[in-house]
Amino acid sequence: MGGQSKTKACACKNISEQEKYNRIAEVIEEYRDKEGSLIQILHLAQGIYGCLPHELQQFIAERLEIPLSKVSGVVSFYSFFTTEPRGENIIRVCLGTACYVRGGKQIVDKLQEILGIEVGGTSKDRKFSLEVMRCIGACGLAPAMTINDKVYKQVNPDKLRSILDQY
Amino acid sequence: MVNITINNRKIAAREGETIMEAARRNNIYIPSLCWLDGVHSVGSCRICIVEVEGARTLQASCIVPVQDGMVIRTNTEKVRKARKLLYELILSDHPRECLSCARNQSCELQKLGEMINAEGDRFVGERSKTAIDDSSPSIIRDMSKCVLCRRCVTVCNEIQGIGVLNVQNRGFDTVIGPAPGLALDTVNCTYCGQCTTICPVGALQEKDSTEAVWNALFDKRKRVIVQTAPAVRAALGEEFGYEPGTLVTGKMVTALRELGFDDVFDTNFAADLTIIEEGSELLERLTAALSGKQAVLPMITSCSPGWIKYVEHTWPDELDHLSSCKSPHMMLGALTKSYYAQKLGIDPKDIFVVSVMPCTAKKFEITRPELANDGLPNVDAVLTTRELGRMIKEAGIDFESLEDSRFDSPMGASTGAADIFGTTGGVMEAALRTVYELVTGRELPFEDLHVKPIQGLGRIKTAELSIEDPLPEYSHFGGTILRIAVTSGLTGARELMEEVAAGSSPYHFIEVMGCPGGCISGGGQPRPVDDAIREKRLEAIYSEDEGKVLRKSHENPDIRKLYEEFLGSPLGHKSHELLHTHYVKRGIYNQLID
Ligand code: SF4
Ligand code: SF4
Ligand code: SF4
Ligand code: FES
Repeated sequence: MGGQSKTKACACKNISEQEKYNRIAEVIEEYRDKEGSLIQILHLAQGIYGCLPHELQQFIAERLEIPLSKVSGVVSFYSFFTTEPRGENIIRVCLGTACYVRGGKQIVDKLQEILGIEVGGTSKDRKFSLEVMRCIGACGLAPAMTINDKVYKQVNPDKLRSILDQY
Repeated sequence: MVNITINNRKIAAREGETIMEAARRNNIYIPSLCWLDGVHSVGSCRICIVEVEGARTLQASCIVPVQDGMVIRTNTEKVRKARKLLYELILSDHPRECLSCARNQSCELQKLGEMINAEGDRFVGERSKTAIDDSSPSIIRDMSKCVLCRRCVTVCNEIQGIGVLNVQNRGFDTVIGPAPGLALDTVNCTYCGQCTTICPVGALQEKDSTEAVWNALFDKRKRVIVQTAPAVRAALGEEFGYEPGTLVTGKMVTALRELGFDDVFDTNFAADLTIIEEGSELLERLTAALSGKQAVLPMITSCSPGWIKYVEHTWPDELDHLSSCKSPHMMLGALTKSYYAQKLGIDPKDIFVVSVMPCTAKKFEITRPELANDGLPNVDAVLTTRELGRMIKEAGIDFESLEDSRFDSPMGASTGAADIFGTTGGVMEAALRTVYELVTGRELPFEDLHVKPIQGLGRIKTAELSIEDPLPEYSHFGGTILRIAVTSGLTGARELMEEVAAGSSPYHFIEVMGCPGGCISGGGQPRPVDDAIREKRLEAIYSEDEGKVLRKSHENPDIRKLYEEFLGSPLGHKSHELLHTHYVKRGIYNQLID
């Protein structure tokens, strides 16, 4: 389990900057003329690079021959895009209806307090990034959250510290 | 034909038009804010709401198309309440600094408030977006005043094809601008200022130069010299309530004297000079090409600094196509601090040159280090037409009652060819009037000297001119067909540049002006502007041309004198030093360079 659940935010830490850009360039070529391609490309690029820093947005804008301000407009509109490198581990708290009414919000609050960050932010030591998401299908065991690929069910806010300590 | 009813009036609407359009055509005025006729309708402000029978909610009339049998009411209790509410919500996030705002009394938000009889402040809330971007020498962005109408987004992306301005972030944090954190001077903004002409409020403005000019005027040691571009005289009147298309040349000159300028020169003089220099350059390039030598063609005009900045950013490898001529007002500035300073016997350091221009990009142009001679900038300050209007009002001058007067010598006389520099197609026509006659000894073979196919507001206009029976010294031109193209606005420019870069451009000579319609609707001209107003200013420019005795640049006697007394010959040593320049390669994003 260990190795699996430790999937890093940046899926390809072991490949070089150049390789990442090459892969992103391939993605751009594949999607460039398709409907809604910008969002798709940004998604995949974030998957490859881990985040969408200014330079990468510029690279994508240039390749697509569209203004940077359009790319940054999309990146800054959707909360699932991030411009800063994310933490080693991504915490996602479910705020679907069931989780919300059964304490999802308190979990978010508590995590913000422990990590000293806002939703969308990354802890100083770059260990954790905090995100929220819609229903992950664990409604029966709400409230739920995930860290990387591991799902935690019926989370007790008081147990959060010890869960984080495992990482 | 679609039959609709608005406020109990039966109206025959056009298929596909919006409720707003049908109403306006029938003189029913629905208040609006973001909508800009023919340019922009995205329905973002919802001020234009109306009641449509059978619809559950109020409809934004600027985006909803008419349908047969539609019954519309524009002034019901529900509409009025909702409209006021929307307006007050906009105000709740607006600084309301009207008394110190440059748009005071020309602000569409103010006018709207007056029209809908808005009441006080029911909502006082947190204010968003306060940062002022004054990074550029041309344009100030004050996003605290932005009402998010997005007109500037449409103009910058669709009309100019640049895309510096787009919607960033969302919700309360929404702001219009370059990518977050970037200032205007770190991106490829051309400083064309088209966005400043359509912004309904004080969020996008030219950078103020009136203070600098007042200071110079009050400085006893300075000789302050002013010049005015051809397009200013065809639009300045609008600042004083004249109908668009009213020429106010004589009153403008008088007003400038009353403001205290020591000499009032005409940029038109330098426009004639530009034709001599640029025409000679074209002939030199064509001669080289015809005799099988290396020559970069097409040659492209260089008098529009917004266009120049665009090429430098976007086509840095094609700069050799640009004519090396400085823009006319820079030429006049350079001559003022050399030729005229010599005549006066004063130190050029004590001269302050002010250019009144229809343009915001010229404010940037004068800061270019390559446009200086002997360490002095050719021009010291640029005022837009709007700023000159403000100064005249500030000085308490009653513009309407002014007598006409004339420009000063020796750089005040001009021909009709110079007048038409102010409009798209004009530089080309002026150049052809001179070049054709130089080569053939005959007048340009067009009725009234107007090259009809390149006139008007069309995006890309082309023409061919065949050269038969040239004078002996130009015999190599015999049988040549001169191909020309004219465009205004930067989307047309992009199209032509794509061909140039691909090496497939069929043209010898191309005129580009950065603003749609040319300088008559430059970024510094009076607001509002639409195609009808452009047409009127254009007609004014042509009538100024037709009213002149001399209509070809090479016939200007003061230009001849300038060459005899000072410059020597066109493209000569002095010309090169004072009247010509070079260009700079800039990346698409300024911030990537160096
Ligand atoms: S933009 Fe208009 S409403 Fe706002 S402060 Fe300026 S004049 Fe007043
Ligand atoms: S000045 Fe021109 S290029 Fe710059 S933002 Fe405005 S419209 Fe766009
Ligand atoms: S800057 Fe002006 S034109 Fe642009 S969105 Fe704001 S108010 Fe509208
Ligand atoms: S004017 Fe119609 S939505 Fe703004």
